Amino acid sequence: MDNQKVIISVLGKDRVGIISTISKVLADHNANIVDISQTILQDYFTMIMLVDITHSPLEFNELKKRVADAGDSIGMDINVQNTEIFDYMHRI
Amino acid sequence: MFQSSVARQEIMETIRMVQMENLDIRTITMGISLRDCSDPDPKKACRNIYDKITQKAETLVSVGEEIESRYGIPIVNKRISVTPMAMVAESSDTRDYVPFAKALDDAAQAVGVNFIGGFSAMVQKGLTSGDKKLLHSIPHALAETQRVCSSINVASSKAGINMDAINEMGHLIKKTAYQTKDHDSIGCAKLVVFCNVPEDNPFMAGAFHGIGEPEAVINVGISGPGVVRNAVLKHPNADFGELASVIKKTAFKITRAGELVGSVASEALNIPFGIIDLSLAPTPAIGDSVSDILEGMGLERTGTHGTTAALAMLNDAVKKGGIMASSHVGGLSGAFIPVSEDAGMIEAVKQGTLTFDKLEAMTSVCSVGLDMIAIPGNTSAETISAIIADEMAIGMINRKTTAVRIIPVHGKKVGDEAVFGGLLGSAPIMKIHEEKSDAFVKRGGRIPAPLQSFNN
Repeated sequence: MDNQKVIISVLGKDRVGIISTISKVLADHNANIVDISQTILQDYFTMIMLVDITHSPLEFNELKKRVADAGDSIGMDINVQNTEIFDYMHRI
Repeated sequence: MFQSSVARQEIMETIRMVQMENLDIRTITMGISLRDCSDPDPKKACRNIYDKITQKAETLVSVGEEIESRYGIPIVNKRISVTPMAMVAESSDTRDYVPFAKALDDAAQAVGVNFIGGFSAMVQKGLTSGDKKLLHSIPHALAETQRVCSSINVASSKAGINMDAINEMGHLIKKTAYQTKDHDSIGCAKLVVFCNVPEDNPFMAGAFHGIGEPEAVINVGISGPGVVRNAVLKHPNADFGELASVIKKTAFKITRAGELVGSVASEALNIPFGIIDLSLAPTPAIGDSVSDILEGMGLERTGTHGTTAALAMLNDAVKKGGIMASSHVGGLSGAFIPVSEDAGMIEAVKQGTLTFDKLEAMTSVCSVGLDMIAIPGNTSAETISAIIADEMAIGMINRKTTAVRIIPVHGKKVGDEAVFGGLLGSAPIMKIHEEKSDAFVKRGGRIPAPLQSFNN
């Protein structure tokens, strides 16, 4: 599929190494981080990444699983969703 | 801030809707025409039916799962609807249509769907020989299959109400209840009697593939009572104009998710996209309740005075919000009020606030009708027929779809509970009137179409 972009959302308790853990998995599989935004509300960490996975050799589901597994290893809840769902729901 | 045009808070809103408010796509339903499956030899016809369904729907479940993963939005059910079986089986030389139901059941199992709808007939003006055979096969068919759903249209605003058919349905519902008595008469949960039935509805148990439909089609049923409830709760002081606007915006977003899923599924399966059904379909999960929305508007308990007005406003706002979000809206579209599938409704019945009569009033403004209501097992066939007649009258006069899915639970009485399991939930046995309607329903014939229907 051409030009596949996904939103990766990361939710959980703040700790050292969240961005590094997730971005390492993405870099290992040739997924390009286009944009990152993060906030910390009290101790709760939320990060949203826009990632271009067009050139990743992995199937979407396999990449999704690896990112989720990496999230599990540091106690973070991670979602990977194609950007179309957000465009469809919030833009006419 | 993102290169994608969507703002951070909008991304978070979608994630919250899915993770905390039970937003899901309730069903992707593939409609399949079986009109080319008829054969004088019933065995050959059944083989044709099985082959066609398993071939057309071979990848339905896997495509659904792939879309679910790609967009991170649950698609709870993948289902199939087919041409009303009375029309397909009529050419076969047999009196017993149960094997046709079994062919549907086997095909559904083979492709991995949990329900298949279309053991159906349209009899609002009268019965053909195939319709009669199908009706008589219903109790056995529903007892001997797991996944087959049956629906019978007995009335319409143009044709009036077929009281002979309604009489028959009273007896068939009783027989179905008896045939499935070991499972709280669950067969009746898969049998719906309709007025003005839509021919493109993706929701069970009333789904079938209408005669004006193409060879195959993808219809999508959305859901999301939890999302609407939370939106309503966030505006405790809004007046009704403002509240309607909040509901419309929410319905729009939910429907857009359905539109995306439907169009992607249609492309992946190479089958045309039919319609989106904009229904708020509750589940027994806490918070996923239409009753909770009504109570969120300011009613102490669903069923009290004001409930009908609240439901009317909700139903209309959901439609208005959803219509612009989709190119093609169809099916039932509105708020469902099934008792057993909605934790808030169950509670309101248990508390005694929500009565049978109030439910009937609510059906005049909701999208369907008396749905998943358990009544005492000793209710007579005539009383059930009279309940159906009342509900059909509401649909006929108001030119809307109404339906009855009622379960006279064998061996149970008011105060007991029927447990169906899964999405079908559980239901307290409701009190109904004990005075007889026998002489009324036994008059038979047809109630003529109302004057207001002659508007073409």
